[in-house]
Amino acid sequence: MSVPHKVGTVKSKQATNVKAPVAKVVKAAGKKKDEEEATDTAEGEEWMPGKTLVKPPDQLDLTEEELNEEITRVLTANNPNAPQNVVRYGFKEGCYKPIIFVDQMAIHFELEGNLVHKESDEGRRLMAKQAEREEGTGAEKLDNVAKAGEKERKLTNQFNFNERASQTLNNPPRDISCQTEPPPRANFSATANQWEIYDFYVEELKRREKSKEKQEGQVLNKEEDKSKKKIIQAETQSDDITQLAHAAKIIERMVNQNIFDEVAQDFMYFEDAADEFRGEKGTLLPLWKLQYDKAKGLSVTALCWNPKYNDLFAVGLGSYEFTQEERGMLLFYTLKNSSYPEFIFNTTSGVMCVDIHEQLSYLVAVGLHDGCVAVYNLKKKSDQPVYNSTASSGKHRGAVMQVKWQKDDLDSNHNFISVSADGRVVSWTLVKHELVFTDIIKLPATDKVPDDLKDVIATAGTSLDFHKQKDHHFLVATEAGKIHKGSKYYSSKFLETYDAHFMTVSRVRWNPFHPNVFISCGWDWMVKIWDQTIKSPIFTFELKTSVTDVAWAPYSSTIFAAITNDGKVHVFDLSINKYEALCQQKVVSKKTRLLHIEFNPVNPIIIVGDDRGHVISLKLSPNLRKKPKEKKGQELPKGPEVEIAKMEQLLSSLR
Amino acid sequence: MAETGDGKKEDADYKRLQSFPLIRHTDMAEEMRVETMELCVTACEKFASNNENAAKMIKESMDKKFGSSWHVVIGEGFGFEVTHEVKNLLYMFFGGSLAVCVWKCS
Repeated sequence: MSVPHKVGTVKSKQATNVKAPVAKVVKAAGKKKDEEEATDTAEGEEWMPGKTLVKPPDQLDLTEEELNEEITRVLTANNPNAPQNVVRYGFKEGCYKPIIFVDQMAIHFELEGNLVHKESDEGRRLMAKQAEREEGTGAEKLDNVAKAGEKERKLTNQFNFNERASQTLNNPPRDISCQTEPPPRANFSATANQWEIYDFYVEELKRREKSKEKQEGQVLNKEEDKSKKKIIQAETQSDDITQLAHAAKIIERMVNQNIFDEVAQDFMYFEDAADEFRGEKGTLLPLWKLQYDKAKGLSVTALCWNPKYNDLFAVGLGSYEFTQEERGMLLFYTLKNSSYPEFIFNTTSGVMCVDIHEQLSYLVAVGLHDGCVAVYNLKKKSDQPVYNSTASSGKHRGAVMQVKWQKDDLDSNHNFISVSADGRVVSWTLVKHELVFTDIIKLPATDKVPDDLKDVIATAGTSLDFHKQKDHHFLVATEAGKIHKGSKYYSSKFLETYDAHFMTVSRVRWNPFHPNVFISCGWDWMVKIWDQTIKSPIFTFELKTSVTDVAWAPYSSTIFAAITNDGKVHVFDLSINKYEALCQQKVVSKKTRLLHIEFNPVNPIIIVGDDRGHVISLKLSPNLRKKPKEKKGQELPKGPEVEIAKMEQLLSSLR
Repeated sequence: MAETGDGKKEDADYKRLQSFPLIRHTDMAEEMRVETMELCVTACEKFASNNENAAKMIKESMDKKFGSSWHVVIGEGFGFEVTHEVKNLLYMFFGGSLAVCVWKCS
């Protein structure tokens, strides 16, 4: 609060001001006079030293007149720094107008005070507060709360605060109770008497004496017991692992299916739509390629599908070269797991042929390169064959080229027949733990061999097949190119001989439907189809290189597939095209020879084995699987009779 | 045998010489059996004069080790018929004259 200045002008007589300097001058001038006067006045007084006059150097020298001049000085309250000629633009007149009254106030110092007038609002408020404080210190809290409440209320009102609440749904409680089975109990009763105790001790002593005697004699027993205990322990341990094995197997299959998912989808569902536009031709779609690391260097020598499990097949691995090292394998693959075989059996010599029993699909007969035959039982988890033929039990002197299971004989023993390079067709019977052999027939020697050596030099048999209906009839093919039809009941002579090929016949097979028809293929590039009643072939096909294997399709009597040395698979359907293959497709890379082919009995796929130990599965396209067209309105009779009729039609057309 | 009195004494000495622990009947597992037998032998040797304390010791140890609740009878002449949990019974002789029966039944 500032004290307002009162503007006022102070007029002071300039004369006084003037007089001051004048006075001074006067005094100065008068000092002389004064001196004189002083001297005069002070005549009476003591003599004073004369006052000397000191003039500042820059003082104006004025005349006396000028000195006596009255100059007015005015003291005003005007701010000397305030502007005197402020001009403002007047919009009314449209020109600049000078402002006469200019604010002259210059604030030199300001200080805000804290005094409030009693009567003002704030003053009254403060007084009230003070009064309250003085009234009661004890009631302060209440006051504060009241104040706080007031404040809060004020706040809530201010911000329009709303409260809302809700309750989520609580799951209803549920009672669950369970009663475990109590541990089993048993009753036991006995009497504890002195004589009982005594008797028992005596008995025990006797027992111990006896056991001591035994101990001295048979220390081995204890060791056996120990080893048995160890085995039991190991078995209990391996129980955990075997449980894991099952789970691991499933996971392995799942992983494989995931990896080869497209292949699996193709296998199930893919039907080549382009077949409609290809006319008669068909294609083979490659599916899985199955191989096993340790089988490198071995060729696939035999393929056999398992009749019970349609995705399981056996692969025999060995070598056709005599110079190569003697080892072989029997592998079982399943299409569900294409990266690793299900069963692996190592054999001492190369496997040449494999056959799986029709009813007991765990019995596998294997013919080896060194002439042995062996029977494996897949149910048993051992690596060794259940039966094995040895030199004493009449094993072949040459490689066993084909084995085929037969129906159980009269004593319900399983038996199978084998043909080998030593020219003997032998039947083997599984009697208890042994293989008993019976010679069925000996292949007749070729004409080229001179008479005296006929007994010595054998004609090697290369393929064997039994008739589907007439079980005792069989066909055996030789290296010399001849096919002999024989019967199990005649051991001296063959029923028929066919001059089939110029070179080795690699395969002969009966037609699965027609009772008279069989097919043969040989290294002389030919595939020939025969009627057993006629000496010459009905159909002959020449494929550009030596044919290694041929197989009939299980679903049609007129479809067959052949494989050749150049890696091609030829599929024929005689009911559609009698002269040309419906499909000629190369399925392996250069230099790999295809060695064996098999049709899957149920699914439309074939497996092909090559000389690198790989097995390739291929799907037949629809054109290759054709069934005869249905005439409208006529229901097609299905079944083997149709197939036979189809074949019969073909044959009759040629005769 | 020769003189019944001496014979009996000899038999008694003979018995005591052969006072090894002898299992009369059990259906316990091997480990459990061995452990229990050793426990009984220890207890009986410790409290040779007081069967009650020996039994107490055996019972408490068995309860701790194998769960409740065990029953133990030690004596020289008694007959019994008990219901026990399967694989939890041991009936043995010890010291030539002592019979111990241990069983579990909760």
